[in-house]
Amino acid sequence: MTTTNEQLPLGREPVVGDEGGMAYLERLPRRIAVVYLPLAVFVFVLLFPFYWMAITAVKPNAQLTDYTNYSPFWVVDPTLDHIRYLLFETSYPGWLLNTMVVAVASTFLSLVTSVFAAYAIERLRFAGSRFVGLAIFLAYLVPPSILFIPLALMVFKFGIYDTKLALIFTYPTFLVPFCTWLLMGYFRSIPFELEECALIDGASRWQILLKVLLPLSVPGLISAGIFAFTLSWNEFIYALTFIASSENKTVPVGVLTELVRSDVYEWGSLMAGALIGSLPVVILYSFFVEHYVSSMTGAVKE
Amino acid sequence: MSVRAEPAAMRPPSRWSLAALAHDRNAVGLLFLLPAAAFLLVFLTYPLGLGVWLGFTDTRIGRAGVYVGLENYELLWDDSIFWLSVFNTILYTTVASLLKFGLGLWLALLLNGRLPFKAFFRAIVLLPWVVPTVLSAIAFWWIYDAQFSIISWALMRLGIIDAPINFLGDATNARASVIAANVWRGVPFVAISLLAGLQTIPPSLHEAATLDGATPWQRFRHITLPMLSPIIAVVMTFSVLFTFTDFQLIYVLTRGGPLNATHLMATLSFQRAIPGGQLGEGAAIAVAMIPFLLAAILFSYFGLQRRRWQQGGQD
Repeated sequence: MTTTNEQLPLGREPVVGDEGGMAYLERLPRRIAVVYLPLAVFVFVLLFPFYWMAITAVKPNAQLTDYTNYSPFWVVDPTLDHIRYLLFETSYPGWLLNTMVVAVASTFLSLVTSVFAAYAIERLRFAGSRFVGLAIFLAYLVPPSILFIPLALMVFKFGIYDTKLALIFTYPTFLVPFCTWLLMGYFRSIPFELEECALIDGASRWQILLKVLLPLSVPGLISAGIFAFTLSWNEFIYALTFIASSENKTVPVGVLTELVRSDVYEWGSLMAGALIGSLPVVILYSFFVEHYVSSMTGAVKE
Repeated sequence: MSVRAEPAAMRPPSRWSLAALAHDRNAVGLLFLLPAAAFLLVFLTYPLGLGVWLGFTDTRIGRAGVYVGLENYELLWDDSIFWLSVFNTILYTTVASLLKFGLGLWLALLLNGRLPFKAFFRAIVLLPWVVPTVLSAIAFWWIYDAQFSIISWALMRLGIIDAPINFLGDATNARASVIAANVWRGVPFVAISLLAGLQTIPPSLHEAATLDGATPWQRFRHITLPMLSPIIAVVMTFSVLFTFTDFQLIYVLTRGGPLNATHLMATLSFQRAIPGGQLGEGAAIAVAMIPFLLAAILFSYFGLQRRRWQQGGQD
């Protein structure tokens, strides 16, 4: 098992170098019809909502619903009014800060506990470690939509209802299983021999973890960290249930519950809120695309 | 997995000294596992049990409940809205998952070919999956606006329809609309995961088959699909799981309306429990989702088994 898993990333290398395979056999007109055209449609559909979000966020209100005098796909005289309104006349900056604090804290908490757990399960191989590994995987599959009701009761009993702590303590319920599972896979790819050398030199398990394994696992830690950050940034149902006061809300909940008023929809500021709320994760994603892809596929492949 | 027995001579003489404990695999293992295990037991296992228990009580917000046996479930059994939500959930999950699989596989195959700017395409394709669902759902809400929908406008300009489409106001349209939004968000995940699987298929298999005269369809059917099936099983299990328990998209777009036509079990459970205050009944609806989830997990487990078998591993 160890050998096959360790060889998997290595065995993939030549395949990646040989990408395309026999695609050179196809002629250009055919390639346009079966590859480029469908791909263009996919990319258009997948990106259009973002374009629409961005263009709506800078449209003056007069153009927003006037499709006869202005083309809806473009904007004349873009305005920053919606963004100014959002940043200076609503609690939006506070929501951004809350989301940031909650996401960073819960990610940090989950990473620290997951590193120890993954090391114990994958490397110490204590009695029953395989069973615990399976239990962690099953924990990853428990969806928030069946946990939020009992968790709401618990949060209330602990007296942390309507505080950031409620979210910082509940987000790890999905982050810890995910990070542990991902890090287990990563630790598995680090050769045992390094650890054995350190053991022979008299290092304790603690020292091995800190000075041998962790420096080698930095890419894995980044993958788990940015993914956990994104998951907590995007979380909705817990934040909706456990937070009541406006100043403690996170961005997704705040935008939906405070910016949407029943009488008139202010699409400009709503879209600006959605756009700015997406930016932190998109920026993070653009810097770490490879880590991102590896954590996503790593989580499903093992 | 090579469990290395330490030679007896190397063991410290006293087993119960602190130094010995620090070298005992089981003791250190449990110590390292403790934070995560304690956390998950308190915030995951316990609430899971508490949720099942709540389903048997008449707990409301602000009032501890008493045991009422199967009363909640009996009420739900006669509740047409509950059965409608079960039907909606199954419809939503089935249609969205099939579309996500078909489109995702297609996109993965496109991205697996020889393409200029491949890394760039792969990066932007994943974007819908990265941004918060609630925020992209708000964008869809605007796209689906009854009066000012850009889709209606474009179709009217093309002369295909005469009046704006009532995307979220009509039962059938609303179902189709929320499914489309879900597929939009889910396709990147399926596509990128399957792409990772496609890249592990050696091109030499395709080359050998081509030399033997296999058509592209035959190569897809007899090489790509079998080689990909283990990862398809896992990816689709995850996809089904997350679609089945979806909450955010519906909550933003329709809140279950019109006339409960898009109520999923998760949204109905939320509606009864939090705004409605009937925690017991909400918990019972959530518990009713568990059998379906178990079926999906078992499916995933056997998918994993087959994968290990294909790799030649034993455990």
